[in-house]
Amino acid sequence: MNLAVLEQVGALARRSILRTIRQPAAVVFPLIFPIMLLLVNSGGLDASTKLPGFPTDSFLAFALAVPFIQGALFSTMNAGTDLAKDIQTGFLNRLSLTSMRGVALIAGQLAGVVVMGLVQAAFYVTVGLILGVDFAAGALGILVLFGFAAVISISFGALGAFLAFRTGSGEAIQGLFPLLFVFLFLSSMNTPRNLIGVDWFRAVATANPVSYLIECVRSLIITGWNGEALLLGFGFAVLIGIVATTLASFALQERLART
Amino acid sequence: MAPQDNSIVVEGLVREFKKGPRAVDGIDLRVEPGEIYGFLGPNGAGKSTTVLMLTTLLPPTSGTARVGGFDVVKEGPKVRSVIGAALQEAALDPMLTGRDHLRLQSTMQGIARAERKERSNELLERVGLSEAADRRVGGYSGGMKRRLDLALALVHRPRLLFLDEPTTGLDPQSRTALWDEVGRLAREDGVTVFLTTQYLEEADVLADRVGIIDHGRIVAEGTPSSLKAEIGLPSVHANPVEEDDRERLASVLSAFGELLGDGSRDVVVRLREGLAGLPAVVRAVDDAGLTLASLEIQAPSLDDVFLAKTGRSLEGAGEGEADAAEPTA
Repeated sequence: MNLAVLEQVGALARRSILRTIRQPAAVVFPLIFPIMLLLVNSGGLDASTKLPGFPTDSFLAFALAVPFIQGALFSTMNAGTDLAKDIQTGFLNRLSLTSMRGVALIAGQLAGVVVMGLVQAAFYVTVGLILGVDFAAGALGILVLFGFAAVISISFGALGAFLAFRTGSGEAIQGLFPLLFVFLFLSSMNTPRNLIGVDWFRAVATANPVSYLIECVRSLIITGWNGEALLLGFGFAVLIGIVATTLASFALQERLART
Repeated sequence: MAPQDNSIVVEGLVREFKKGPRAVDGIDLRVEPGEIYGFLGPNGAGKSTTVLMLTTLLPPTSGTARVGGFDVVKEGPKVRSVIGAALQEAALDPMLTGRDHLRLQSTMQGIARAERKERSNELLERVGLSEAADRRVGGYSGGMKRRLDLALALVHRPRLLFLDEPTTGLDPQSRTALWDEVGRLAREDGVTVFLTTQYLEEADVLADRVGIIDHGRIVAEGTPSSLKAEIGLPSVHANPVEEDDRERLASVLSAFGELLGDGSRDVVVRLREGLAGLPAVVRAVDDAGLTLASLEIQAPSLDDVFLAKTGRSLEGAGEGEADAAEPTA
């Protein structure tokens, strides 16, 4: 990537951040909603910790992993909706008339999403610390958590970008959002997989990559250093990222019909 | 062809869409360096599709076009490097300020870092947005958005400028200000301007030459004065006091020239004998016992040219038609 392309990535990332932070709803909602859900769940499901084999006696610590994934899902929607808006308003045409490289558009948008993902991660970690969650992997584990937040922001952001380039419609992306949430609810978000009593649900949660993303974050919070959980979590996050970025690149090529 | 060529040369350009007829149906045109070319036509005539092809954003189905000496299909990046464009909707981000837009645009256009700020300030000053530069675009008026749009198109000092209906929806004052700026660009900087419009006055005032497009085909081309001279004869627009007299009035006036349907409530006739025939018209109306609410003589306008070439008035001719549909490829 040469200097001109890097400058383009920087300029588009700056724009992505500016347009997000200037819409308070786009910043506040992804921060507050997952924490509200966390507090409601940990209040209602605290008795789960009494189940034999439950990995911790704090449901709050157990469930703190979920906001990281929810935040990433919000990134999907925001990145996708923003790009779809650019297509609908003709802003993408404006950029297409410059010497912009396609890679700069995707990378710039994702860089902005990563910054927002890190802000979200910092907020969730801070809330966890304030509520008394003890991060088992320590300060280094929190750093790894930030790294993971960046990776899943890229992966889910690329998914959002793909949907935007493919559909060109913000409404279509918002319509797909509940579908992404289904993946979250059909995962090990509320119960460890080995304690899920319903066979089909356990099978779905085991096949669902989101379970491994949650378990990666969860391991750093409640277990400490768990190589398998980290490998599976980062592995799936990177895999989703590669597939989504590749799909987004092809979809962008199709969308940019310029000669 | 020399790289400094600022012309636009189009031959047999066609664009087909999946749904509907050919949006652009084999047009030929040539725009000379430094010229302001007005591309006039109703909604759905093919103006915007032509601009999209000439700015490399839409591949033609067939035909060739060279912009600034470069082929729009084979040399897209070179074409983009010499053109600026303000497309139909001022595509701006309401969350960014005017200065943010210029900063982004100058980076994307590869303007040297040291030059970006100076160039942005110069353009903001030029389009009269210095004071509003740090306000978000969401709060700009339509005219301010259009002026910013123009500034963004000029960031990299293009040799050719494409403006797609730049004054649609603007108030008369903003429209005049934009005309002045476009005129200055062509006159002082030698920029070739390709301007689409559905406003007769805009084409008349601003364009050195006008191409009239209808249903994807160029139906007339020339300077505004030569096109009007082609029509030559003035027309009388008469409106009877009694609605029931309309047919009788048309019958009386038809003796003095060709009856025209201009889409309004007036009975219109192009005077075969020019202004010399007017007294006879008045006498005939009087003899027939008709009372008129209004009687106007109009010199030939570009609308008359459009009417003569297509049989329809430009005003409202394209209502209900779309300019673009799904591409076939």
